[in-house]
Amino acid sequence: MDNIGVIISLILILGGLVTLLIRSLQAREVDRRIIFLFIFLAVAAPILFPMTFKEKATQVVKSVFDKIENLPEGSTVLLSFDFDPAMAPEVQPMANAISRHCFEKGHKIIFMSLWATGQALLSHSLSEFILPGFPEKENLVDYVSIGYKAGNEGVLNVIITDIQKMFPTDVNSVPLDSIPIFDNIESCKDLDFIMSIGGGKPGPKEWVLFVGDPGDVPVGVGVAAVVAPQMYPYYPGQIVGILGGVKGAAEYESELIRVHPRFAEMDTPGLRMMGPQTLAHVVIMAFIVIGNVVFFRGRRREKKE
Amino acid sequence: MEHFAVWVAAFLTLGIVSFLYKDNPWYKLSEAIFVGISAGYWFVVLFWDNIYGKFWNGIFPEELIDSAGNVVTREPDYWLLVGAVLGTLMLLRLIPKIGWISRWPLAFIIGCTSGLYLINYFSSNMMRQVEATIMPLVGHWVLDPATSQNAFSAFSGADIFSNLVLVIGTFTGLVYFYFSKEHRGAFGGTAKVGIFFIMITFGASFGYTVMSRMSLLIGRADFLLFDWLGLVR
Repeated sequence: MDNIGVIISLILILGGLVTLLIRSLQAREVDRRIIFLFIFLAVAAPILFPMTFKEKATQVVKSVFDKIENLPEGSTVLLSFDFDPAMAPEVQPMANAISRHCFEKGHKIIFMSLWATGQALLSHSLSEFILPGFPEKENLVDYVSIGYKAGNEGVLNVIITDIQKMFPTDVNSVPLDSIPIFDNIESCKDLDFIMSIGGGKPGPKEWVLFVGDPGDVPVGVGVAAVVAPQMYPYYPGQIVGILGGVKGAAEYESELIRVHPRFAEMDTPGLRMMGPQTLAHVVIMAFIVIGNVVFFRGRRREKKE
Repeated sequence: MEHFAVWVAAFLTLGIVSFLYKDNPWYKLSEAIFVGISAGYWFVVLFWDNIYGKFWNGIFPEELIDSAGNVVTREPDYWLLVGAVLGTLMLLRLIPKIGWISRWPLAFIIGCTSGLYLINYFSSNMMRQVEATIMPLVGHWVLDPATSQNAFSAFSGADIFSNLVLVIGTFTGLVYFYFSKEHRGAFGGTAKVGIFFIMITFGASFGYTVMSRMSLLIGRADFLLFDWLGLVR
């Protein structure tokens, strides 16, 4: 049944694109709303009739995966949720996948956020997606959320030398010096790995500039796709790896399922979103081709005249 | 209550999307609600985090309960008063006659930020980037633990190609941005190669941007189709 839906959707989109090409070649104007409608169809069809693609982790994503996979059990990982609801569809899948991976490997996780909106998303993510898969994990022993602090890069500049100075308590007002996870953690330099997930400012780039480089701490980043090209110059010298947008999340999820098959049962939004993502890209590429064909045809006709 | 929230979210999502058809009152209403709620949210969060959480609790610390259930007291941090005074001076901008005083805290912020950024940016974005570009092309010397002597380790063909692309791309890109000499002859040819690399970078950037925007659309479409309309996933 799903396949019939996919085929009908593809025929509709393909037929529409050919009609558009013919209209354009006849020099008849195409309303921009038609283009919006096509993009919506290209996105909605694979959501309704799921199309799945096999993903293989590229080296830049695998580096992050291998880092977490190879850390000794009981290592301390800091996960920073530096994003807002607008960015969430892109980066939430990677935040969930990385948290699950850390828990699966028995690492202790410190959750925090440099964005005020990140704390609410962090709480939601923990209670709805991450912890239900790990009922045995205990707050303050296996994980702790120290929440959000205002101050942007200033926060990072302090926690590189003293975490408790900026975060005296966790989100439930429990003093950090009484939390077992912080027994051997004074500053970010004592952490085994830092993963910043976000895309704005302050975000992954600031973690590299203010903590990773000066403290010589391994930092990995998960970013909104629009920011990914800005992060590549830091790889591999200054960052462990990059998860760029939904594609990065899908690659991470596929690697997680390959190595730890029990996660195949869990929701994998990154992989699910690659169907609409691919079809939307194909439609946009088709528009670029149509536009160029019409442009060059028109120019040739002008030259002839 | 949850159903009501989903309906409100769907109403506002469709309101914003309706702008694609044309500007209309529904869009304006949704936009105004978004701006108002954002401002209110930030005000509340910053008040409770900064004014109450950091300043008030710092000067008048509350008793805390640690993970073992013991009551913990903290010493007040009077240095916070310096920040509070500077913050108050900033508000004097609202009184035109003495508004000039607000330049003092502003100068403090600019000075601190410059100092904070200067070293980190110079180190991470300049020195480390230059270091990452100066790389061996065909192989490198590594210490052999068995013999405790350096041995030459050759790169694979793919690594050599990758390193060459990086070095040539960086060099020609820099040549393109050198405007003190006319782009002619060999110099102009090198700059032209630089343009190709820059164009490829822009293309990759555009592709990533499309992916980013599509993800947001997919997120909303997913919400409308499943959470709101209740279609079975």
